[in-house]
Formats: sequence, C-alpha cells, structure tokens
Amino acid sequence: MSESLYTQLLYLAAGAFLLTAVLILWRRELAVIVRILALQGLALAVMVAVLAAREGSVELWAVAGGIAVLRVGVLPHLVRRALTGAEAARRESAPSVNVASSLLAAAGLTLLGFAVSQPLVALAPSPATQAVPVGVTVVLIGFLVLVTRRRALSQLVGFLLLDNGITAVGFLTTAGVGLVVEVGVSLDVLLAVLVLQLLATRMRETFGDTDLDELRELRD
Amino acid sequence: MNVAGGVVQAVVVVGGAPLLVGVMRQVRARLEGRAGPGIGQPWRDLRKLLGKEPITPRGTTELFRLAPLVSLATVLVVAVVAPFVTTVPTVGPAADLFAVVALLALGTVVLALAGLDTGTAFGGMGASREVTILALVEPTLLVAIFALSVRVGSTNLGAIMTATVEDPARVISPVSLLAAVALVVVTVAENGRLPVDNPSTHLELTMVHEAMVLEYAGPDLALVELASAMRLAVFLGLLGNLFLPWGLATGTDPVALAVGVLALVVKVGVLGALLAAAEVFLAKLRLFRVPELLAGSFLLSLLAATAAFFLA
Repeated sequence: MSESLYTQLLYLAAGAFLLTAVLILWRRELAVIVRILALQGLALAVMVAVLAAREGSVELWAVAGGIAVLRVGVLPHLVRRALTGAEAARRESAPSVNVASSLLAAAGLTLLGFAVSQPLVALAPSPATQAVPVGVTVVLIGFLVLVTRRRALSQLVGFLLLDNGITAVGFLTTAGVGLVVEVGVSLDVLLAVLVLQLLATRMRETFGDTDLDELRELRD
Repeated sequence: MNVAGGVVQAVVVVGGAPLLVGVMRQVRARLEGRAGPGIGQPWRDLRKLLGKEPITPRGTTELFRLAPLVSLATVLVVAVVAPFVTTVPTVGPAADLFAVVALLALGTVVLALAGLDTGTAFGGMGASREVTILALVEPTLLVAIFALSVRVGSTNLGAIMTATVEDPARVISPVSLLAAVALVVVTVAENGRLPVDNPSTHLELTMVHEAMVLEYAGPDLALVELASAMRLAVFLGLLGNLFLPWGLATGTDPVALAVGVLALVVKVGVLGALLAAAEVFLAKLRLFRVPELLAGSFLLSLLAATAAFFLA
C-alpha cells in the first residue's frame, strides 16, 4: 500500500470515527444512536484493518475481524435487545444539558483533546500518531455522554463510546497491544455490557423506567 | 482582470437562478404527484410582478425601498467576483472568503432591517428569526470554508478551487467531508429551505424569510424574489465548486468558459434537484430545535478546521 493511500484511508476512518461520536451526541432516538454506534465500530475496525495492511501482520488482521464482530455485531445487538422491551424509553427525553449546549461543549472538548495529545504526538510523529487526538476526543465525548444523559441505555452507549476511544488510542499509538491483551479487554467490555443490560432490564421491570435521576430520589 | 468571465457569470446566475427555483419546484411537484407549473414559472411570476405598480406601506422609510436593491446588488457582486465559471479573478482579491461571506450577510441584514422598518408584527418576527439563524450560520460558513483554505494557505476562493482541481484526492479527506456536511446545512438554513424554513408556506406562525418580506409587492417583491433565488444559486454553486470543482475553467478562453458554464449548470441543477427531492421527505423542524441543528453543523465545521490543522 502506498504511503499516501495509507494515510488517506487511515484519516478517513478516523474522520468517520469522530463524526459518528458527534452524531451520537446529536441524535435523540435511541434506536438511531445504536445504529450509529455500530457504524462507529465499523470505522474502528476499518482503522485497525488499515494498520494491519500497513504492518502486514496477520495477528492485527485477526484483531480487526474480532473488533468488527464484537463492535458492529454483538454489542449493538445487546443494546438493541435491551431497547426493544422499553416502549417508553425510546428517546433520550431530557438530557441534563440540552443538545445544543452539549454540541458546543463537544467542540470545546475536541480542542482540548487535540491540545492535550500534542506531547503524545510529538513523541513519535507518524501518520498513525497524528490521528491519536481523534481517539482522545472520542474518549472525552464518551465521558460527556456518560455524565449528561439520564437514561441507563444512553449511559451504556456513552460507556461504549469511551471504550471505542480508548481502543482507538491504543491501536494508533502502539499499532496493536498484543492479541491476548486485546481479547481480554474486549471480553471485559462484553461482560460489562451484558451486566449493564441485565441491570437496565431489571430496573425497568422494577420501576417501569430507566431514568437514573429518579433512582437517586428514591434512595433518600 | 477578466471582464468576460465576470459578465458570463453574472448573466448565468441572473438568468439561471429563477430557472433553478423552477426546476426545484417541478421536482417537488412531480414527486408529490402533481403536474407542476413548469420550470419557467418563476420567470413568468417575475415578469408579472415587474409590470405592476410599485406600492409601499404607509410609514415606511427609504430603507424599505432600498433594501431589495441592496440585497440584489450584494448577490450580484458575489456572482461576478466569486469563482463560479472560471477561477481567474474578475476584480482582484475580492473573491476572498471573508469578503464573499460578508456580502452575503449584508444582503440578509438589510432585508431584516426592512422587515423591522415596516413596524408590523410579522415583519419584526421574521426579522428576529432570520437574524437568530444568521448569527448561528455565519460562523459555520466561515469556519467550514476556512478549514478548506488551511491546506491551500490562502482564503481566496479561486485558489482553494484551483488546488482541488489540481489534486482531486483532497475531496476524499475527513476535512472535506466534515466541511461538506456543515456547508450543506448552512445552505439549507441560509436559503430558508426545509427543514429550517418552508419556502412554500404562508402559514404565519412558522415562516421566517416569507414573514420578513411580507409587506413587499410589485417590482420590489420581484427584486426580493430574484435576489433570494440568486442566493440559492450562489450557495449551491459555491458548494458544487468547492467539493466537485471539475469543469471549472482555469483560463479565460471561450471554449473553457463554455465548458465552465455547462459544468456549473449541471452541478447546480443536480444539487438543486437533490435538495428538492430530499425536501419531499422532510418535515419542518420546530423553531426551537433549529439552533440544535445549527450548533451541530458549527461543531462539524470546527472539527473540519481542527482536522485540517492536525490531520494534515
């Protein structure tokens, strides 16, 4: 693969990765958000595949395949299954920060992400590390979704966004953290999502809603 | 100096803009199962309006009478100086990004002032809404085109387009894609198309642009309508040339200009038809949700600008 094609494909995947994170922040319908999450998983898998083609490493190709299966297929499917039972909670009705402000906050976070990852890029400037700020930004946007959304499922999506960001940073900085570590992390995430999905379903069965703010009021 | 190019651009934009509106209405009509009035209808409307006696409401000032002229003049200047058919500048450095955006904003601001000048409830309401949208749209427009200008090192629109013609691979980059999405939203919002505003409605509570120009009649209305059609053509032309600059003439010989005109007509026509077709499937957003859409497009343009600096 030629140098320029590699760079272009990598940055295109990184751009799609960032764009999907912003769209998740933007949209309200949970069903749409889950579909975008699957697209983001695809962008991540493409990014890893481009790195794999560059390195010519079979192990990295296998990891890319694994990421595609896990993040495009399994995780969105699990979230969607938790969604189908909930007729009332189809939309993120009242995020604690309104969407316009959270989009502007995301603009600030993007600049922050690019600013703080400059030392990281300066360590070993290469096309892959140039894209590290995108991963850091997605981590920050994931945090934002996690703290501003009220529905349990939206928070779950925020958690997955965070994890996607961390994975992207990992691959972009080290070109693969080793198959064993990656499999371990992926299983961890899968487990966390399974537990959270179960928790959300239970919550809905008990309280009829998954608004976490209501739960805090119940406790007092 | 390139007088021929400027004249050709002005003629094409003035002559073609009402036809563009006609094509878009016709596409919509056909998709909705109506016969449609034909693509020449906007021109026939303009001719009818121009033949009428000029009337202005009592109590309005000179501003009300001048606004249509200023509005039309600003778009006309943009049509002459910005690169639509050829990248060779007509009037030196006036094809600058900031100059063009400022001219386009001036046209809107003057119409908003005229809306306030009438002193009617609808004029004021329309002006206030239009300015709200304008305040959110202008930064997006500036930042999005600025993102494209970073790699070229010049904010001259002609230079940006020439660079893209020479290196078509630039179009497939995160910067271009993010900026393109932001600019599409800007085009929709600035020209009062669905889902921001409904151009064919006269339902009082929802209209934005139509409310602002409600008091105009006769030749003044013709000027306002022509100016708004030309704005749409100018925005679509910029969109087409920034992201699909093929066919744009880089010289001034007649053959290149003819090819440039043809390419412009095709690009703007296709973009307009796509926009009209998309509108059939869209409902108007609630006014309070519009800032959300525009904040999103601003974020995308900002991402494009950051990506232009860091992913280059």
